[in-house]
Amino acid sequence: MATLHTRASARLMMSPAVILLFVWMIVPLAMTLYFSFLSYNLLTPGAHNFIGFTNYYYFLTDPAFLTAIGNTLLIVIGVLLITVIGGILLALVLDQPFWGQGIVRLLVIAPFFVMPTVSALVWKNMFMNPVYGLFAWIARGLGLTPVDWLADVPLFSIILIVAWQWLPFATLILLTALQSLDGEQKEAAEMDGAGAISRFFYIVLPHLSRAITVVILIQTIFLLSVFAEILVTTNGGPGIQSTNLTYLVYAQALLQFDVGGASAGGIVAVILANIVAIFLIRLIGKNLDR
Amino acid sequence: MGSISLSSVRKSFGTTDVIPGIDLDIEDGEFVVFVGPSGCGKSTLLRLIAGLEDTTGGQILIDGKDVTAAAPAKRGLAMVFQSYALYPHMTVYNNIAFPLKMDSQPKDVIDRKVRDAARVLNLTNYLDRRPGQLSGGQRQRVAIGRAIVRQPSAFLFDEPLSNLDAALRGTMRIEISELHQQLKTTMVYVTHDQIEAMTMADKIVVLNAGRIEQVGSPLDLYRTPANLFVAGFIGSPRMNMIEGAEAGKMQAKTIGVRPEHIRLSPTEGAWSGTVGVTEHLGSDTLLHIDADELGPITARADGEFAVRSGQRIFMTPDRARMHRFDEKGLAIR
Amino acid sequence: MARATTTRSKITFTVVGWLCGLLLFFPILWTFLTSFKTEGDAIANPPYFLFFHWTLENYAEVQARSDYLHHFLNSVTISVGSTLIGLVIAVPAAWAMAFSPTRRTKDVLMWMLSTKMMPPVGALIPIYLIFRDWGLLDSRIGLTVVLMLINLPIIVWMLYTYFREIPGEILEAARMDGASLAKEIVYVLTPMAIPGIASTLLLNIILAWNEAFWTLNLSTSRAAPLTTFIASYSSPEGLFWAKLSAASTLAIAPILIMGWFSQKQLVRGLTFGAVK
Repeated sequence: MATLHTRASARLMMSPAVILLFVWMIVPLAMTLYFSFLSYNLLTPGAHNFIGFTNYYYFLTDPAFLTAIGNTLLIVIGVLLITVIGGILLALVLDQPFWGQGIVRLLVIAPFFVMPTVSALVWKNMFMNPVYGLFAWIARGLGLTPVDWLADVPLFSIILIVAWQWLPFATLILLTALQSLDGEQKEAAEMDGAGAISRFFYIVLPHLSRAITVVILIQTIFLLSVFAEILVTTNGGPGIQSTNLTYLVYAQALLQFDVGGASAGGIVAVILANIVAIFLIRLIGKNLDR
Repeated sequence: MGSISLSSVRKSFGTTDVIPGIDLDIEDGEFVVFVGPSGCGKSTLLRLIAGLEDTTGGQILIDGKDVTAAAPAKRGLAMVFQSYALYPHMTVYNNIAFPLKMDSQPKDVIDRKVRDAARVLNLTNYLDRRPGQLSGGQRQRVAIGRAIVRQPSAFLFDEPLSNLDAALRGTMRIEISELHQQLKTTMVYVTHDQIEAMTMADKIVVLNAGRIEQVGSPLDLYRTPANLFVAGFIGSPRMNMIEGAEAGKMQAKTIGVRPEHIRLSPTEGAWSGTVGVTEHLGSDTLLHIDADELGPITARADGEFAVRSGQRIFMTPDRARMHRFDEKGLAIR
Repeated sequence: MARATTTRSKITFTVVGWLCGLLLFFPILWTFLTSFKTEGDAIANPPYFLFFHWTLENYAEVQARSDYLHHFLNSVTISVGSTLIGLVIAVPAAWAMAFSPTRRTKDVLMWMLSTKMMPPVGALIPIYLIFRDWGLLDSRIGLTVVLMLINLPIIVWMLYTYFREIPGEILEAARMDGASLAKEIVYVLTPMAIPGIASTLLLNIILAWNEAFWTLNLSTSRAAPLTTFIASYSSPEGLFWAKLSAASTLAIAPILIMGWFSQKQLVRGLTFGAVK
């Protein structure tokens, strides 16, 4: 449809968005990279010396780094397990016809719209408080000793909170994918003598595989950078038990004012995220061709 | 008025030549059909005439005026698209009125023209509906209505019936033909369906791989196809093509005979074979025959023709209506 | 799955479905209920579910003590502002990519997406320092710009997937009908694109409203939106649950309602069109 003069104006229309994003991506990244090679602490004014890979050396050999990497991965994997499995089950339920389906759907997706600081605080106080929280009350009702969630199992508690926020996302996407499954395909399988369970594994699950991949990849991008939930509930503690990479970099930069070290950490985080991003971009790109 | 003339019109996308160079004259008031297999460039050619694509080379004249570089709206043409391309957010009335509004015509003139068009097309009761509430055939008529209110010098149709079911297609074919007889305006019609081409056209342009294979009236093309491609494309069922010794007897590389030009007999004839599948269409019977020396041959007999699968049968082609083609596939006259 | 759904299975799924829904929704419901309790009732053990002394004083108190409205307006300004600016920049871009694609369009789209995948800590330090030096820390302008930039790729993508669904033939029909480019945009394209633009607007207000990395790091009080304001309830270990609940209810209610309205568009927006 394009004729010559529409094409010329197209380039002009695209440029503001492209230029802005380019600057937004390149400038901070280049500065972070630059800082990561400097001895640069906001508390010690004066020259910022070039110190090569020293920041990386200290960041990567800091025991907190390994803990943070471990915690980052645990959060990602834990939340993914809960949300993907829970999401499939929930989507299967919501795909069935029942009374009040529309309302239940609204209830299920609601947690996704709760801002992270609110959900973290609500869970921290009203559910996980070891004395007054609902969980403590339930535990006592069952004759158990209440758990001090955020002190005793801080990482698990955070995983729980984050999973609650992301379960609706997974459910909604999987449900959408489920509803796009061709009914005739299921009927054909039924004619071929497949029972409900083999229909699920041979027809439904393969159909969902793309949506599951999308859920995993997109959530991973966001879960690698979980921040508000940690800041508000545990401050990374006790000790560094619930510190993830994002929080570690934040603490180093804005609590210890070590710009150089934190920048090195930031670059490490960027590299980690890029590994995931490459897969995601490929997947979405393939989809664009169809 | 609406004569269109193309001289060495070329179109290439990147390095691929979609249309390597076409010369064609369309007379005022003619119903011209571009027909060819998909990908032959017929739609591109129509869009070049419409001005929706830039030409790579050559000249397009409408009523003698060079419009090669003119914007689509300045060419005085109207187009009916394959998807109908109705404006989904406007009522039928506003859809039909849209070109007139763009032309800044006075309200009362617009109203009169829209209502006239709606009456002609049986849309009067649907003027307040939106396209989404109409059936396929009604949408088609709205698209035509939008085209006729402009009183263009020529109509362009881009496979307008391909989204309709078979029965409706038959009706719409007749409606468009009637419209042409009423308006006597030039129509250029693109289709891949040779039946549409045969039934509607004054002049058929057969296209293949961006080139014109032959131009002529439907019966011209049927009687005297210029080459193998046209011979195979026009006529249904397809012409039987025979090569080898039998063709050699007639001093040709290939000979062709249409199924309806073969006389069948259970006892005697020039060729013999065994009946395979028979299709009883009611009015006709199509026989797919495995001819002994010639390979598969399709023949058409009358509807009551009694024949069984596996039966021996003899065929005699109507020599006067046989076609001969040389090495290059060109017809030998 | 089955053609004739039996009443029994329907009842089963009704029970299971509602249980799941209520379980997931419970924290929100609980927050809502607690916001009407007195502080004493809020921490009562065993907890009161419905039969407590209902009061509105928490809402009044939240406003009186901490100028809730101020932070609410900050949230509105920042999320709506960043989305509107984003749309102004993204609409022409998405338009061009959808209706006049070149061989590079796909690469540009992919590249835009990749900027979204950069972890925020990679940019935190320079942005923080730039903001500090330019006096943008704790300013609404600064936050609006940052949120606009982080959501710009999503806005472009969403609009692109919507625009691409507008058939090119309709625009060509308008051109044949004699519409100039300006008229084509006003009479044909815009009316057809408005649903897409509206849902993009809605989803991005939601995303910006809930954004909690940049708002927490770049604002403290003056420009603090609700994310930062609510976070301030975490520092003292005081038990102001009723007031926290009131503030939270006010913070999530408008966005929850918007979210419910835009749920159909949510999926394609959040998956960049990979799942529809």
